[in-house]
Parts: sequence; structure tokens; C-alpha cells
Amino acid sequence: MAKKQAVSFKLNGKPVDVVVEPRELLIHTLRERLLHTGPHIGCETTHCGACTVDLDGMSVKSCTVLTVQCQDAEVLTIEGFEQGGALHALQEGFTEQHGLQCGYCTPGMITRAYRLLKENPNPSEDEIRYWMAGNLCRCTGYQNIVKAVQHAAKKLASTSA
Amino acid sequence: MIPRDFEYYAPKSISDALGLLKQFGDEAKLLAGGHSLLPMMKMRFAQPGHLIDLGKIAALKGIREEGATIRIGAMTTENELIWSKLLQAKCPLLVEGARLISDPQVRYKGTIGGDISHGDPGNDHPAIMLVLGASLVLRSAAGERVVPADGFFVGTYDTLMKPDEIMTEIRIPVPEPGSGYCYAKLKRKVGDYATAAAAVTLRMNGEVVRDVAIALTNVGPTPLKARAAEDSLRGKALTDTSMNAAAELAMSICDPVGDQRGDAEYKTAMAGEMLQRALRLARSRTGH
Repeated sequence: MAKKQAVSFKLNGKPVDVVVEPRELLIHTLRERLLHTGPHIGCETTHCGACTVDLDGMSVKSCTVLTVQCQDAEVLTIEGFEQGGALHALQEGFTEQHGLQCGYCTPGMITRAYRLLKENPNPSEDEIRYWMAGNLCRCTGYQNIVKAVQHAAKKLASTSA
Repeated sequence: MIPRDFEYYAPKSISDALGLLKQFGDEAKLLAGGHSLLPMMKMRFAQPGHLIDLGKIAALKGIREEGATIRIGAMTTENELIWSKLLQAKCPLLVEGARLISDPQVRYKGTIGGDISHGDPGNDHPAIMLVLGASLVLRSAAGERVVPADGFFVGTYDTLMKPDEIMTEIRIPVPEPGSGYCYAKLKRKVGDYATAAAAVTLRMNGEVVRDVAIALTNVGPTPLKARAAEDSLRGKALTDTSMNAAAELAMSICDPVGDQRGDAEYKTAMAGEMLQRALRLARSRTGH
């Protein structure tokens, strides 16, 4: 067996240390060692986006990243969105606009939308659909997810103004 | 799905990476963005004993213009290509191609060097490299060599790259201002490989084609440079008839493998259709 490696990174702003085999995928470290079960395992094959987390300013599918690649990284999961009891604008948007039904894709959707709005605070509907295309939802037909992201974009614009 | 056991290394310099590659030889694989290799490892199609991650080597990243050449570090990601002001202004074909690769999450990790060196005929950069006249910089402990993209692709998952080499840079001659371009890609859905795709660069002299380059994706064991189709268009007016004839010539070199995206006949027909669309759009983009 390959020697285990110590990996230190920040998870939702807090330092964490884990010791893992090199072959361990980030999604398993998050869910099974660090008990952050927000990121979901959907397809395990880089298609569905349910395991999306934010890694050093990138939206990535954590089923296709090795934990050992995350030394010194900053990782954000859905667990890091709510602050002081207040929902993030995206969480509010998905609630208000009925952006989910079963909810399985939602943590990945919100985490992806977070990075999208950082890069493009006022996206058009076409831009939302293009830049959210790595996340699959089998319930909503996407219309309300687009509305939820637009809702959050408006709210974030009004609170930062 | 968990990969087989392996040892992991994250060298900080190219020379350290080359040292590891030399030490482990055939047992080692280079990890770029990991979005082809890690899925293959998870399915145990690839089982390297040693994984050398190039992700921490700063010298392998970046896009810059030097004289008449655009130099792109092999570990530059698709997302970085898309947002590059330099490429948007001077080599928009590369931006258009990168935007059609997979999905946003994959483009944050996937790299141009990984896409080219993997040798997968479904990858999009190889055909684009052929029409841009790109060169590839390969380095080993013994030194560096620069090879043209045209001729680099030998077969499915087979390139001129040797096991002790690392692709460090992609060099692209700055396209002439006013060049037309297009990458037309048919895919079933976001994230899929091309059913067929065509890359075109085009220079017009009035109504007459001064020069044209054509390459096709995923309709053969390698990207295909459609030389007879190019020859048929040079020096002639670009008309429906001439484009149709060029498409027929391009289709005649296609040799796709039928799969869930369609049978060989359909894919060949779609390669012809993508070429015609690419030629039309490229012409509309030529400057005067």
C-alpha cells in the first residue's frame, strides 16, 4: 500500500489536517472523514456536478480531484454558505424561486453559481445556462434554477451597492 | 470508484519532474488537469504505480506573445484560455474551441497540454493546433525538441511524445490580422465529445481564397488534416459548389468508429456538414 500522506487545507475558512492514501478522492475525504455531506456523490464520473466544491477560486467536481492535490488549498462547500444564521443570497434564491425539488443537485448548483456570480455578477439567462452547464438537475427543468441565480444576483448587487 | 494504489509526487520544477519521470520510467504517469487520466484510473483502464502531478509547477503556466508567436504553457487551463485577452484579440479560434470543451468545472482543471498530449481523437485542441500551424515543445532530461503539431498525432492515444518527455509549451504563429476562423462542433450534449467537428482558418483575397487550413476531430484515429480539401479551395472563389466539393474531399478521408454517437456513415456526413458551416462562418469573419 502506498504511504499515506498528510494534507492540510482550509475547509470553509477553518484549517483541517487529514492523512490519506494518495488515491483518495476529495469527495470521500469531505464526506467520510470531515463529515461534510453537503457535496453529493451523483455519477462518480465527472458528469453530474452534484459533488461540485469551490477549490482555490475554481468550481471543481470533487469526484475527480485527489485529496493530495489540495495541500494548502481553500475549499468551500455548501456548509460554508450560511453565516450567523442568515442564508446566503443563493440559498434564499433557490428557496424563494423553487429552484429545487428533490434537492440532490442543489449543493453543487449553489456552489457552482457562487463562483459564476463572483466572475460575472450580472449574467444574462444565456450566460447562466452556459456557465451552469456542468450541473445536472433531473427535477426542475432548470427554469427555476435560472430564476434562483438571477434572484441571488439582484440581491447581491443591492446589498453590495 | 477508487483508483488502484499509487505513489503521488508534486514536484515544483520541470527538472524535478523530469528526474522523477526518469527514475520511474514506464511505471509513471504525468498528471495534468486529471480529467481524462483520473477517470481512466478510477475505471482501472490506467494503473500507474507513480503519479507525477505537474500542477504545482508555475513555469508550465501562462500565455504570452513573443515576437510573432503566442506561447502557451502546457498546464494553462481551458478556462484561462477562454478569458485570455491576448487570445480573444489575436487567436479567437482557440477561445472558441476551448468554450466548446466539456463543461465549466472540467475547464477549470483541463489543460491545453493535457488535451494535446493525451492523443485522444475526441479531444478538440489537436485539430485546432493543426490549422493554426502550432509547434509543441517537448523536454526530457537530455534536452528540448520542438515538433510541429502536424505529424505529432500517430494513432489513438499514440503521439510522438516519448515516455521520458514532458510537454512544456505550445507555440502558435500569431494569425494574420483579418484571418477568418471557426471551430464547428456537433455534440449530443454538454460534456460530450464531438460526433464530428471541423477547424478552419481562412485568408481571402477579395472573393478568392488566398489560403485555407482544415482539420477534422473524432472522425479517425487521429485528427485529420484535410489536405485535398484545402488544395481544392485555394485560389478559387468560395461558392456553395466549391464548399460542397471540399466537403466531399474531406469526407473521403474520414474513417470514424461507429458508437452511441452514430454510425460511421452518419459521422462522416456530419464532418462534411461541420466543415461547410465552419467555412461559411470563417468567411463571414474575414476582415477586409
